[in-house]
Amino acid sequence: MESTASAFKDNAHDALGNKHLQSALDKMRAGFPQRRLDAIGKLPEFEDLREQGREIKNHVLENLDWYLERFERNVTAAGGHVHWARTPEEARQLILGLCRKLGARTVTKGKTMIAEEIGLNDFLEAEGVIPIETDLGEYIIQLRREPPSHIIAPAIHLTKGQVEETFREIHTSLPADRNLEEPRSLVAEARTMLRDKFLKADVGITGANFLIAETGTSVIVTNEGNGDLTQLLPKAHIVVASLEKIVPTLEDAAALLRLLARSATGQDMSVYTTFSTGPRRAEDPDGPGEYHVVLLDNGRSALLGSEFQDMLRCIRCGACMNHCPVYGAIGGHAYGWVYPGPMGAVLTPSLIGIENAKHLPNASTFCGKCESVCPMKIPLPKMMRHYREREWQKRLSPPVARLGLKLWAFLALRPPLYHFFYAIAAQVLGLLGKRQGSFYNLPLAGAWTSTRDMPAPQGRSFQELWHQREKKKAA
Amino acid sequence: MSAARDEILGKIRGSLGRGPLTGDSAAKLEARLANHPVGIIPRRSEGLDRKGLTKLFEDQAIEIATTVERVSSLADVPKAVADYLARFNLPAEFAAAPDPLVDKVPWGERPLLKLKRGKPSPTDAVGLSVGFCAIAETGTLMMLSGPDNPSTLNFLPDDHIVILPASRVVGPMEAAWRRLRESRGGTAVGPTMPRTVNFITGPSRTGDIEQKLEMGAHGPRRQHILIVEDESLA
Amino acid sequence: MSDSTSAKPRVGLFVTCLVDLFRPSVGFAAVKLIEEAGCTVEVPGLQTCCGQPAYNSGDRADAAAVARRTIVLFEGFDYVVVPSGSCGGMIKEHYTELLQDDPPWHARAKAVAERTWELMAFIHDVRGMRRVAARYDGVVTYHDSCSGLRELGVKRQPRALLGSVEGLKLKELPGAETCCGFGGTFCVKYPEISDKMVEAKAEDVLATGADTLLAGDMGCLMNMAGKLRRMRTEAGARPTRVRHVAEVLAGMTDEPPIGEAGQ
Repeated sequence: MESTASAFKDNAHDALGNKHLQSALDKMRAGFPQRRLDAIGKLPEFEDLREQGREIKNHVLENLDWYLERFERNVTAAGGHVHWARTPEEARQLILGLCRKLGARTVTKGKTMIAEEIGLNDFLEAEGVIPIETDLGEYIIQLRREPPSHIIAPAIHLTKGQVEETFREIHTSLPADRNLEEPRSLVAEARTMLRDKFLKADVGITGANFLIAETGTSVIVTNEGNGDLTQLLPKAHIVVASLEKIVPTLEDAAALLRLLARSATGQDMSVYTTFSTGPRRAEDPDGPGEYHVVLLDNGRSALLGSEFQDMLRCIRCGACMNHCPVYGAIGGHAYGWVYPGPMGAVLTPSLIGIENAKHLPNASTFCGKCESVCPMKIPLPKMMRHYREREWQKRLSPPVARLGLKLWAFLALRPPLYHFFYAIAAQVLGLLGKRQGSFYNLPLAGAWTSTRDMPAPQGRSFQELWHQREKKKAA
Repeated sequence: MSAARDEILGKIRGSLGRGPLTGDSAAKLEARLANHPVGIIPRRSEGLDRKGLTKLFEDQAIEIATTVERVSSLADVPKAVADYLARFNLPAEFAAAPDPLVDKVPWGERPLLKLKRGKPSPTDAVGLSVGFCAIAETGTLMMLSGPDNPSTLNFLPDDHIVILPASRVVGPMEAAWRRLRESRGGTAVGPTMPRTVNFITGPSRTGDIEQKLEMGAHGPRRQHILIVEDESLA
Repeated sequence: MSDSTSAKPRVGLFVTCLVDLFRPSVGFAAVKLIEEAGCTVEVPGLQTCCGQPAYNSGDRADAAAVARRTIVLFEGFDYVVVPSGSCGGMIKEHYTELLQDDPPWHARAKAVAERTWELMAFIHDVRGMRRVAARYDGVVTYHDSCSGLRELGVKRQPRALLGSVEGLKLKELPGAETCCGFGGTFCVKYPEISDKMVEAKAEDVLATGADTLLAGDMGCLMNMAGKLRRMRTEAGARPTRVRHVAEVLAGMTDEPPIGEAGQ
């Protein structure tokens, strides 16, 4: 997928002025966090499970090569095939090759961020293979030709009015006077339109929440059941997943599943948690005749052993963005690429380079809410700060900012000079602001005073007053 | 593409600052896989007897909009199914799994019920399967693919009814995996692992439109479970 | 010097840039509280900044230089007390990370970190203060500054102490734990996003009907006070009084609230 992350400030500006989006974000902020709290409130073991989750994933990452090889061996033993892709281009070609061999005309798709990352849909379409998104949110944005704005709820930025508008525009075979007032009717319409597509698809492509080394199994998690119709009905099931999705055993998957749905939507379990291993067996009445797993690197191997390795523990629950006040103000599209919110602020520069995503790790107050809700205890603010360090070293920060900070550091290391300027600033600004108590306008502080008053100093610095007081006491 | 494979594995090892794992390190990982250790199990799904497990399962299932009915034995199933279909004004016919337990149900007691054995066609409105086991912790059904229970029965029909002997309810998911391995002679790897294992927790739903929860997105609109309490039923 | 003085713990007050420049009365309130908690207070005269602006901007070198100076200035005290969760967090949680590649300095940073406390946590948790003698007539709502809350565990302490202030009614702020949008340089680098966040916070404050807003961090306070004032000016409504919680707890509310002129 093409990135517009460099245009973050403009994107954010547009997002702040977008009434539909703001209304949708209000609903999101009211919903997800409370549901998560309710779910984990019922599970006293939740904190321990977070720690356990971190340990499992750290263990996997330390031994990722071994586990990947074992995964491959077991997929093959079950009659499936594993394909390795270094880059998005390789992954796309592998998938296209499989589709062509199978004579695929249409391909149903479960929700997968990896497919977004490699730009699969546009590529397949250009090559004459029609991809059909089946997750309701993904289906809606596919019709609107928009990218997803949230990794769990891709259409969260839309109001139901906008969905209705799109359905009316695209589903022209249905009676124009039909009532689409309620979400129920929109869901029912999508169900009908997509059922036909499920049944006719030649190939089904899904992602994987987990890849289990012990059994050569891929795991998908949905509430709709679209992933299951995608992977059961067609001739072949293709899984596209990045390297770090590996977990060792079925029990490890169970442990991580306890964290996933609760953190994502506040459910104890998503409705459909499906474990797929190889193609249908000789005696099976249904299931795909072929099973392929395309393993994508695209930068993950480089993150291992780096100060960003912890990012590979992410299980894509979305809790960070659900709780982030910045995401809650601007939504997902502003982040400009596949992965929004706090996890995107770290993963996007990791995968496309910090030069192409300069703003993302900077557009954070480091409030720490993301890290506090992350089920895998990923230190997101710390890694954002590491990207800021990289930017500083590469001189990617704006020159004015660098100058300002250098000046500040200069003063901070020279107390007499610092106190001298402080005393002046306190007196001058204190005097100028005395009448109103605040500044409505302050030169050089326009970014602040355009929308907020700037409180005036009380008139003398604390250290000045303190030392005067101490001098008087000693006298 | 073995060039890609080698390069990726090489990059991983390079980043981790070592070569391929061998000897003791590899043996430890082998052992971990072979032992598949169980981690933290929530207290609420531990130490329950059969009655406790059934109750917990029922409570959890109802909370996520599954409907549950307890029957004493397989002899009660025909009436329960007939009543269910009548309640929702559905025709008295359904696609039923080839599972041997379905054979043991005295369908003859409700001669008007029409069973079609095998996998469902796209127009079958109701499907009936047998659960391999169920997880009380979350009110979840565990369904295995195979000739006994076609996986498409879990997804294509609008209504999905599952016969679940109470003896098959376990506490946590880990116990379900143990059951699966035991049923496959100790290990479920390679072809002995079912092609598809579905964990089903309620009817299909979505919140994708303004966060309002709607049932029946793509899978069944309604999920019904008949818990058969007959102690002799395995 | 009497014998009783030598038995009291020696506290070095890290006053913070913002208190130093904008609101010395907070510093004096902090001193009063620390003395009420049975300690002596000194203010090392060569203190400047904790280094957080440089640290959060990725300038580790300058941040480390500032950190080393701060450590030298404060490592002789029994405790280092800071009327700010953000600066307190920098010293207590981040100095060791900043100096991790320099073992001797890392050890000195660790020693200072262990003795560094945010003001509220110090008087309540370390000194066991449960009551203050102050009086305040008003309905107060409290904002939890992010660093204090998440890095230093400051949550119950200010509420417990405010509960002992005579005449004060505490009304819980919905979304008290949600970031106000200050974030240091964030508010000037991303002013539109920051404004949206502080607007939401101000609306929450106004919705409580409280006449007073308190918090433990000057950055947050100035941000919220500035927004409340601007909203009030534009709507012709009455102002919410914004103060640092130390001022109320120390019974030192003679100075005008943040952003207000003297009478």
